[in-house]
Amino acid sequence: MADFLMPSLGADMEAGTVLQWLVKPGDAVKRGDIVAVVDTEKATIEVEIFQTGVIQRIVVPEGEKVPVGTLLAVIAVQGEVAAAAPEARPAERTPMVPAPAPPIPPAAARVAVKPAPAPAAPHRARISPLAMRVAMELKVDLATVKGTGPDGAITKADVERAAKAPPPAPAPLEAPAPVAPRKPAVAPIDRRAAMRKAIAAAMARSKREIPHYYLGTHIDMSKAIGWLNAENLKRPVTERLLYSVLLLKAVALAVHEIPEMNGFWIDGAFKPSEAVHAGVAISIRQGGLIAPAIHDVERKSLGEIMVSLSDLVKRVRAGVLRSSEIADATITVTSLGDQGVESVFGVIYPPQVALVGFGKILERPWASGGLVGARPVMMASLSGDHRASDGHRGALFLTAVERLLQEPEKL
Amino acid sequence: MSPDAQKVKITYREAMRQAIREALIRDQRVFLMGEDVGAYGGCYAVSKGLLEEFGPDRIRDTPLSESAFVGAGIGAAMNGMRPIVEIMTVNFSLLALDQIVNNAATIPHMSGGQINIPLVIRMTTGAGRQLAAQHSHSLEGWYAHIAGIKVLAPATLEDARGMLWTALEDPDPVLIFEHGTLYNMEGEMAADAGAVEISKAAVRRAGTDVSLITYGGTLGKTLQAAEQLAASGIDAEVVDLRSLRPLDTGTVLDSVTRTHRAVIIDEGWRSGSISAEISARIMEGAFYELDLPVERICSAEVPMPYARHLEEAALPQASTIVATVTGMMGDHG
Repeated sequence: MADFLMPSLGADMEAGTVLQWLVKPGDAVKRGDIVAVVDTEKATIEVEIFQTGVIQRIVVPEGEKVPVGTLLAVIAVQGEVAAAAPEARPAERTPMVPAPAPPIPPAAARVAVKPAPAPAAPHRARISPLAMRVAMELKVDLATVKGTGPDGAITKADVERAAKAPPPAPAPLEAPAPVAPRKPAVAPIDRRAAMRKAIAAAMARSKREIPHYYLGTHIDMSKAIGWLNAENLKRPVTERLLYSVLLLKAVALAVHEIPEMNGFWIDGAFKPSEAVHAGVAISIRQGGLIAPAIHDVERKSLGEIMVSLSDLVKRVRAGVLRSSEIADATITVTSLGDQGVESVFGVIYPPQVALVGFGKILERPWASGGLVGARPVMMASLSGDHRASDGHRGALFLTAVERLLQEPEKL
Repeated sequence: MSPDAQKVKITYREAMRQAIREALIRDQRVFLMGEDVGAYGGCYAVSKGLLEEFGPDRIRDTPLSESAFVGAGIGAAMNGMRPIVEIMTVNFSLLALDQIVNNAATIPHMSGGQINIPLVIRMTTGAGRQLAAQHSHSLEGWYAHIAGIKVLAPATLEDARGMLWTALEDPDPVLIFEHGTLYNMEGEMAADAGAVEISKAAVRRAGTDVSLITYGGTLGKTLQAAEQLAASGIDAEVVDLRSLRPLDTGTVLDSVTRTHRAVIIDEGWRSGSISAEISARIMEGAFYELDLPVERICSAEVPMPYARHLEEAALPQASTIVATVTGMMGDHG
């Protein structure tokens, strides 16, 4: 038997709301399947499962908000005959889950996601446990039920009475009422405020805990741009590459040379990651920012990275991400070139240990081989965690990025 | 017992005497010991006539020293006898608390299971007879706190008749609490009534609207209250706990699951009482079945008064049970 817990979908996540279960007891699931949709302060996340087996029992019903680590469902692991089998260790279940958020953002993050209490109800409604259960079974909205129990408490009888009463606005008889789209548990306005709080908590934690060092270097992008233009001519329009794909791949390969940039700082020690899951900072139109991961960038071709990136951007805009994308990033890449700035020295997203920034590509005078010419030049920067690495290694890393971008055909 | 088995009219006192007599006849290791159990026939006349029938070796008067004769009973049980020790009231049993708690309850464990203590201690408990504050308290809930002993509260003729033999068969010490107001209770019992099991609570009256959970001396009042409530359309279920340690939580939770409302009636004081324990178990095991908060009806937290009207006011009564249930049900009956 294995436990499926509310995952930590980022260092700033304390709790999540189960919006929807995509599986039911008895369903077979395999590692990587999306089994539930969870709402966090930042986004609606499709949560993947890390065990292969059969859903035994769903513990947290839809609509319920629970803290990270809460048991959501129980899974009979493959080959297990209801007998005692070793429980999946958390490490096996979610290999890249960052350490749980520290208890620093006190109630703020939690309070922010609660819908504002109705001004007319200063006290918590008195609802008996049984009435609450029956209301769930009969799908009665308790807000519409009048309590007649002691001190106006809502009892089972009140709920049953409300269930029998005709609905306030009867639907036209000929057409069955359409199934209402699932309302997000968090209203958009709350989501925005909540995301701001979440970012505030994560960034404050980063600046409080992580001793950042910053390095920057100018990179001649003429070879990379030249190669990209030629390459794109060969590709069908739908498969053309953006130069940010080259940057991502260069970062991933450079990380292989300088592994101190890639992984997590957990419990006072650096835990390097073999795979490179590059978190790509993507701004959200309504405001806010999220940095979901493209998995295994070092093993992907440029074309595959492009596909992943387009997919990710599309889903960020739609607000639907997968749990592993949120939790797994091992290094973050941010690019503010589109916004017109030359350099960015970012704040590391804990518990990661490095953030690579790329600025705008500008035509600049560039001296090379005793001659001055105009070249497309880009500033690459590194924000490093001084606990995990030193400036010397950081410099080697940025130099490696520069070198790799000089041989774009090998990326 | 066959349905047409002969019924006899009998009192609780007589049922208890029959139980002791049967035990003395069936097992030569059984003997009765306590203050005034012999020549006087027992403070509550339970053992009247037994000295004449069984002789002074088996019906033994003891000095006024609870610690000494309870200790002697423990020693006898350790050495293979089956003693029945009578303590006049639960108030006096406090003098034997060290023997009961530190010896009887622990020796089977301390000896690694090598020594059993098949001892039965009977004592009177409860108020209602104008015996004032030093003879009237209900401390059985205290004893129910002690691991290593069993605590029984026979509230019916059948249990008075049947619990003793089963308790004597038990390898561990068993305390039997006989409520003082029950001795004169008279009713019909099967002539062939005998040993009963001692681990389960019993539903004495089935109902659907509210569970009234009680034991011992308040069972009668609770059944009365249930009848009065039935007249006003509230169908109460009455659960007789019978055993306070171990508690039959299952029967209590089953009942609350049926009725969704619970009232606990306990003659002990409310604070730190067995009623608190039962309420906690209902919350732990049947929270999502509860449609109203659990209510408790206990004795006023005062030393039991002597004056009749004050004593009546201090104790749970059928009328207080009716008023409490009616109040909590509101228009939900």
